[in-house]
Amino acid sequence: MPTTVGSKMLEGWMPPYDATLVKNLKAADVVILGKTNMDEFAMGSSTENSAYGPTGNPWDLTRIPGGSGGGSSAALAAYEAPLAIGTDTGGSIRQPAAVTGTVGVKPTYGGVSRYGMVAFSSSLDQGGPCARTVLDAALLHEAIAGHDPLDSTSIDAPVPPVVEAARNGSVAGMRVGVVKQFRGEGYQAGVVQRFDESVELLKSLGAEIVELDCPTFDLALSAYYLIAPSECSSNLARFDAMRYGLRVGDDGTRSAEDVTALTREAGFGDEVKRRIILGTYALSSGYYDAYYGSAQKVRTLITREFEQAFEQVDVIVSPTTPTTAFPIGERADDPMAMYLADLCTIPTNLAGNAAMSLPCGLAPEDGLPVGLQIIAPAMKDDRLYKVGAAVEAAFVEKWGHPLLEEAPSL
Amino acid sequence: MPGITREEVAHLARLARLELKGEELDHFAGQLDDIIGAVARVAEVADQDVPPTSHPLPLTNVMRADEVRPSLTPEQALSGAPAQEQQRFKVPQILGED
Repeated sequence: MPTTVGSKMLEGWMPPYDATLVKNLKAADVVILGKTNMDEFAMGSSTENSAYGPTGNPWDLTRIPGGSGGGSSAALAAYEAPLAIGTDTGGSIRQPAAVTGTVGVKPTYGGVSRYGMVAFSSSLDQGGPCARTVLDAALLHEAIAGHDPLDSTSIDAPVPPVVEAARNGSVAGMRVGVVKQFRGEGYQAGVVQRFDESVELLKSLGAEIVELDCPTFDLALSAYYLIAPSECSSNLARFDAMRYGLRVGDDGTRSAEDVTALTREAGFGDEVKRRIILGTYALSSGYYDAYYGSAQKVRTLITREFEQAFEQVDVIVSPTTPTTAFPIGERADDPMAMYLADLCTIPTNLAGNAAMSLPCGLAPEDGLPVGLQIIAPAMKDDRLYKVGAAVEAAFVEKWGHPLLEEAPSL
Repeated sequence: MPGITREEVAHLARLARLELKGEELDHFAGQLDDIIGAVARVAEVADQDVPPTSHPLPLTNVMRADEVRPSLTPEQALSGAPAQEQQRFKVPQILGED
């Protein structure tokens, strides 16, 4: 089955080996139905950056299914597959889950092997489970996670007991943090309303709510859009038209260097080119300290703020995305507006801890799904499932059915 | 913080081996200028005396035993090659005429 990562660069490319994650799925007797659409090289928040065309959101086909894993989330919401895989570099599992009313988990960085995954930003990329329920996500999480000697950044420790946690949902006696910085300008009223209701629900289930102040979170988006492009400009250097993938312009007169440049021009889409240039700029002499260096300091400060927060609370909750699914095309030519979709999901990637998105209702103004994000410390992924299962059960009881049953028939 | 010009985008594209078209240079210059203007906020912490974080895990020197292990066959390794000859990757000329 070809792996294209939504790019013309790898059109028709057959990978010569399986990723560890895929090997684990096969070992668990999971049947692989196919590979789904995505933003090219996982760069995007809408799946519009795919070289093979956009994917519609099953709740409203004129709207985006999130991204980069919009194919995964749409396949789940449309009942085309019960489980899916995503990779989450800045929110690419959680944001699609939020806008399609499904469940998505970014495991702790290093919890699931990256061996065989197409690399975008290696210090941030994390594969993880996508599903329609918290328990399904836990079962998939357990199947794909674990130490892998082939990935030197894989954590050599037992997989957190995620399935047990998902079967025993509870928040009684837990301290749940609400971060001041995850609200304000740019947040849709209906998203804030459903989030506030979720906090009230957690209280009613016996959780203690703790207000947290994490000032450096305001710089997370900026740091991310320097670090991720910097790493991508290096990682995507491998697409040089020599060993695999596309090659154009090799007419016998051009040099290898010229063929590389022509191939990359033809094979990469706009967002990938933008990020390669941005990363090349951020890493260039004279700008390195101001941009990449400062972004790495922001990363330290955000990690410390999480550490301090988790001294006071067991988990943190926030909206997963500031808005519901936006119309296809609305942000296509405004990269900064697109980047804002990842406002709440990025801090977790920078710090390397674990997070989940699960449905918490429909926004009253547009009737589209809203996601609740739960964030746990590194290697405490089980807390996501314990809290997630409790919240999910309470919502299903309140609504009388799972949220996806309200999706229109296609 | 300085903005980014069309000429600078052209220079960066050359460094990154991207043969951008003229209209792309204009298009990207404006967008990258906006993005850099926004993300330049990170410089607010430039003076803070904190170590940089390049990676979320405190790992150093992950080693493995130096043993021969199964790996791809030449056929597998060449299976995606744009061109090959005598079990090798065939590439355009890498040296100039002179």
